[in-house]
Amino acid sequence: MFSLERWQEVFETISKNKLRTFLTGVSVGSGIFILVVLLGVSEGFQNGVEKQFQGDAENIINIYPGSTSIAYEGFNKDRRIQFTNEDYALVNKETDQEIEFASPLYQIFAGLVSYGNESGSYRVEGILPDYQFLEKADIIEGRFININDVKAKEKYAIIGNRAKKDLFKDKSPIGEYIDVAGLNFKVIGVFTDPGGDREETRVYVPISTAQIVFGAGTDIRSMGYTLPKEENYDLALKQSNAFAAQIEQMLKSKLQIDPKDESALFISNNIVNTKEIYLLINAMKIFFWGVGIATLLAGIIGVSNIMLIIVKERTKEIGIRKALGAEPISIVGMILHESIFVTSVSGLFGLIFGLALLEIVGPYIELDFIRNPSVNFSIAVSTLVLLIAAGAIAGFFPAWRGARIKTIDALRDE
Amino acid sequence: MIEIKDLHKSYKMGKNSLHVLKGINFNVEEGELVAIMGSSGSGKSTLLNILGMLDEADQGSYTLDGVPIKNLNEKLAAQYRNKFLGFIFQSFNLINYKSAIDNVALPLFYQGMKRAKRMERSMAYLEKVGLADWATHKPNELSGGQKQRVAIARALASNPKVLLADELTGALDSKTSYEIMDLIQKINDEGRTVLIVTHEKDIAQMTKRIVNLKDGVIIEDKKITQVRAMQNV
Ligand SMILES: Nc1ncnc2c1ncn2[C@@H]1O[C@H](COP(=O)(O)OP(=O)(O)OP(=O)(O)O)[C@@H](O)[C@H]1O
Ligand SMILES: [Mg+2]
Repeated sequence: MFSLERWQEVFETISKNKLRTFLTGVSVGSGIFILVVLLGVSEGFQNGVEKQFQGDAENIINIYPGSTSIAYEGFNKDRRIQFTNEDYALVNKETDQEIEFASPLYQIFAGLVSYGNESGSYRVEGILPDYQFLEKADIIEGRFININDVKAKEKYAIIGNRAKKDLFKDKSPIGEYIDVAGLNFKVIGVFTDPGGDREETRVYVPISTAQIVFGAGTDIRSMGYTLPKEENYDLALKQSNAFAAQIEQMLKSKLQIDPKDESALFISNNIVNTKEIYLLINAMKIFFWGVGIATLLAGIIGVSNIMLIIVKERTKEIGIRKALGAEPISIVGMILHESIFVTSVSGLFGLIFGLALLEIVGPYIELDFIRNPSVNFSIAVSTLVLLIAAGAIAGFFPAWRGARIKTIDALRDE
Repeated sequence: MIEIKDLHKSYKMGKNSLHVLKGINFNVEEGELVAIMGSSGSGKSTLLNILGMLDEADQGSYTLDGVPIKNLNEKLAAQYRNKFLGFIFQSFNLINYKSAIDNVALPLFYQGMKRAKRMERSMAYLEKVGLADWATHKPNELSGGQKQRVAIARALASNPKVLLADELTGALDSKTSYEIMDLIQKINDEGRTVLIVTHEKDIAQMTKRIVNLKDGVIIEDKKITQVRAMQNV
């Protein structure tokens, strides 16, 4: 069916009908182009929204201490609660929920940090290695703190990208020493955080080091947890709530707080706030898929219309070919061969242009809600394949009908 | 070469049926040059289309070179047309985006002949009709007479048993018509069977036999002394 002779015939027809080839090509190519750009923007939208809403892990549970409001077991009310390493260890040990990531936190809100002549006031946070995942921080240079750093109470610092730009400009900070509260810390990593500049002005150090340097003893300011991801939102919410209730009860009894006291502990359960985000992202996905499928359908309908017009326009030619001895199957084959060839090549061009546009322009797009638009290559290719296949199927019927017109009627066509 | 017995053909248009051929009987021997004449609407083209397997008769039998032509499917009809028949039309029916030589080569493409051989053969036929120098020209760069010559070369290319021509001079002035008829006569001189439909008396006189149709039946069928076209040019 796809013999060399046929290819020659097809090439000849295509190259001698430039306008027709061009129009078919443009409509298919631009269809694919639009689809690819659309999928890219959709992806960018998702990235943007996720960035807007998800500075931290979406299922993080944070526990902060407060002051008691009810006198209890010989303690006066208005007692300030203080967490220690012991409390953190207790939660980890006693909970019957499986924990994904956990870290205590001890921070100084305005720590003076300097390097050479540059200096700034940054939040310095003592943390454990898991904190990277609670904060969704990404290492762009060097590494994050590991458990050995914590054990050895290393004076290591991981600095946010904003802090890095302030203090080091374009220079790599890895291995350099910065001054934190009068002590030298070695910079071992730089991170970015989807929370943006606000969270990238932080400096992370091992919690053990922070507690010594800032004279905190075993005090911690808060603790954060995430539970393993669940299949659906409702189950995740249920598990989170159960976990929150359990640690509240556990800590209240250890710290001698009245179970009814509502101001001694604050538990923020992020997942409660993320339902809207889950829904928004879902709705957006559905919307863009809807638009994408509609575009694809429009493309397929466009291809079949073009095929219909082409066959109609070529009725007389088909009659001539049949009078000269072309079998119906060879007419169908010829038309399909041509259309598949033209749609593939122009579709490929549309695909390449679309991907190139996203690749070149994408990184420069820094709108609040669109970030790094890009497209999954395999999705793009399968759309192309689908379009070609659909075009072939859609083209088959006009071709078949064209081939079946009685030769004498086809010849009479003007 | 051609044997036709009691051929009937009607066209159905809605409820009405138009009986066009009402029992045609005639034979054509190999090497004949026959003119089918008759007034407009007498059924000349209808008969030729049936002979060319472009259309089917309702009734009667048709044998071409000993092969009964009956209940052909499209595929077989296409093969027979390619092998047995060459068509020449009043409106030339060249494919306008193909050059003269590519038009001539088309029946050979459908015979499955390789490109190089196809081109060689087509060129030979273009030479035969005197258009070797015009091989790469598109139909719209050719005069009517030249177009008809290309069509004749194309009809001859597959070396058919019978040439069928419907009003092949209908679109040409009389000088050009005679030149085309001269070519047809030469082709016939080589022994090829040719049937032409015409309503022009002078053209019919250049054949060897005139079959007269009226209201769907043959009213006259006579051998004549051929007038050579060259005498009139
Ligand atoms: N496809 C068709 N459908 C219906 N009627 C047709 C069809 N083709 C031809 N006819 C009718 O059949 C009759 C014979 O037509 P045909 O074309 O054979 O005539 P003709 O002898 O070739 O005439 P002309 O000299 O004008 O070409 C005419 O009355 C014509 O109107
Ligand atoms: Mg006619």
